[in-house]
Amino acid sequence: MDFAFSEEQDLLRDSARSWLAQRYPLHRMAELADSDTGWDPASWRELSELGWLDDDLGMLELAVLAEEAGYALLPAPWWSSIALAAPVLGAGPDRPTTLAWAEPGTPYLLDATATTSAAEDGTGWRLSGTKVRVPDLTMAEQVLVVASAPGGLGVWRVAAADAQIQPTSATDLTRRLATLILDDVTAEQVCVPGAAEERLLAVRRRAGALLACEAVGIMQRALDLAAEHAKQRMQFGRPIGSYQAVSHPIADIYTALSLARSLAYRAAWAVDGAADDVDEAVAVAHLSAGEGAVRACESAIQAMGGIGFTWDHPLHRFYKRAQAIAAFDGTARSRRAEIAAALLD
Amino acid sequence: MDFRDTPEEAEFRTGLRAFLARELPADWTARRPHVGHHPFEQRRAWSRALFDAGYAGLTWPKEYGGGGKPYSHQAIYLEEIGRSGAPEHVGVIGLGMAGPTIMVHGTAKQKQKHLAGILSGDTIFCQGFSEPGSGSDLASVSTRAELDGDSYVVNGQKVWSSWAHVADYCILLTRSDPAERSHRGLTYFVLDMHTPGVEVRPLRQITGDPEFNEIFLSDVRIPVEDVLDAPGNGWAVAMTTLLNERGTLGFALTAHLEHNFLQLLDTVKELGLAGDPLVRDRVAGLYVELEGLRYTNFRSLTKLMKTGIPGPEGSVAKLTWSEANQRLTSVAVDLLGADATLDGAEGFWSGYWQFQQLRSRGNTIEAGTSEVLRNIIAERLVGLPRSR
Repeated sequence: MDFAFSEEQDLLRDSARSWLAQRYPLHRMAELADSDTGWDPASWRELSELGWLDDDLGMLELAVLAEEAGYALLPAPWWSSIALAAPVLGAGPDRPTTLAWAEPGTPYLLDATATTSAAEDGTGWRLSGTKVRVPDLTMAEQVLVVASAPGGLGVWRVAAADAQIQPTSATDLTRRLATLILDDVTAEQVCVPGAAEERLLAVRRRAGALLACEAVGIMQRALDLAAEHAKQRMQFGRPIGSYQAVSHPIADIYTALSLARSLAYRAAWAVDGAADDVDEAVAVAHLSAGEGAVRACESAIQAMGGIGFTWDHPLHRFYKRAQAIAAFDGTARSRRAEIAAALLD
Repeated sequence: MDFRDTPEEAEFRTGLRAFLARELPADWTARRPHVGHHPFEQRRAWSRALFDAGYAGLTWPKEYGGGGKPYSHQAIYLEEIGRSGAPEHVGVIGLGMAGPTIMVHGTAKQKQKHLAGILSGDTIFCQGFSEPGSGSDLASVSTRAELDGDSYVVNGQKVWSSWAHVADYCILLTRSDPAERSHRGLTYFVLDMHTPGVEVRPLRQITGDPEFNEIFLSDVRIPVEDVLDAPGNGWAVAMTTLLNERGTLGFALTAHLEHNFLQLLDTVKELGLAGDPLVRDRVAGLYVELEGLRYTNFRSLTKLMKTGIPGPEGSVAKLTWSEANQRLTSVAVDLLGADATLDGAEGFWSGYWQFQQLRSRGNTIEAGTSEVLRNIIAERLVGLPRSR
């Protein structure tokens, strides 16, 4: 039994944290979130140079990076590339890449139906159909599309430039969603018909575990922002953090964070080791950290008083990302139902 | 990072499971509502069996008769004992609190006198810290110790002392210098409970059981050689005791919660409620708390094994456990519907859940109230300003 990161993993965390603090301080993150593009495309090359896209990173290394990315709310299509696209490709993509699986009425990864169809003609594959709620699609250069063909569900790669892309209005401006419309678009097969479900299960595990880590980073940021404010803000002649009505809810963020962090790391470990209980580990971690991050941000908003309720303060960006994480590929309710099935059926 | 047992840990776990399967009397694993169901001497015999098999004082140094094992073995021990439903060693206060304190602060003679008996279960310790007027504010203890020749004369009252009715010794915190304030002027004794002037009265609690006791001290003469560490240095000694209480406590608490959780699953099935979506939702929520505790304990354990010192993180485990156990037992009682208040022969499992639910109300008070634990977390782990 050993629940510690290695020295190399700790060094990776230190360098990620200092790069993010320097490159994406809170005001820069907020500025990009309110910009048209939502990110600085130059950061892709930087991420690559820093090793964030290396194929030899294991889940524990990715867990460290995801947590730090959550703490900074890194505005870049990193998670979509390494957690949504990479498990389908079997390798990390060399350019911003995302995955399009959802269609109206079938939002979840394992819904496993597609009206989007792939057809082969003399020159190759062509795709037609509509995909919704595709993360980071407006930033991606290529998109992997789950589609139906004779033989079952497969996955095809299309160039973003060949598709019609319509931004979706959603609360989280730091990880945007968009609709993908394909009208007889040239496509390259990356996963043969009938083999997509297995890849989507791998995506679900990896994406869920890393979102849990990201949510842990958000909880840590909510805690830090609330604690800093409670130390500085004076009312009735004392820092408000000395009042237990203020300090105890902040202590509760710390407690929830401790538990969520343990579960998120364990889920990342379970995904890499393909432990028997990997799906349960991911569901438990996603639930604990997803709900935990939403609550941590809510407590932080309360502790900050009026300032935390303003658009100018960065806290709402974290809150909205936390809500998006909690709602990704299920809900707290559906995850509890999944866990109950493992316990009682 | 690796959550699997090392080969050595796996071997230890296998051996312990075999021991429990072989030695644990069958009727001890049955569901019983009350703690004091088994006669004390029967429990002492069980403790002796644990000692003979090398399971008492696993982390104690070999020079004091312990196992000299890493904390991970103690964690595995607590996990397996909890899951099996076996009762704890009767020397729990000696093993976890008095013994480690004597090792740090005791003289060679004191170590010689007390440590071996704690391990075998021959010597039972109780704790004399809390008083009617001193609970969370422990430094305000008012039990007086006055030096008179070669002994101290002690007067006062202690409360919430489990095991006191059978104890041979008591780790006793007193005020020896009334002129000093708060943390200074306290003296820590190892009191022989058979000394004249010591009176123990059972304290009946919310469940109806007398699990705890009051200790009345009237002109009790304690020889100076029974002072632990220097006179006036009692606060530092008491902190050693409380630090050790928190060491691997998280594992014992989590094992207790896991045991109750498994009972909850059985209850759900036995009552035919496994298909009720509201019940399923609550059971899953409780499971997430249990798992969070389990893996947080592993993280604390790794840290403990690196530093050797239990950190304030133990407060997180105790706080979470106590509130989770209250939620769990309340869910269980709710499942019983119209039978929710029946605790006798007509009650479900003879009132198991009624007992557990009522007992759980003490969980957020004993060994550090939730209010004090939140202060510790806010001030020492988050770094917020002191509240007083």
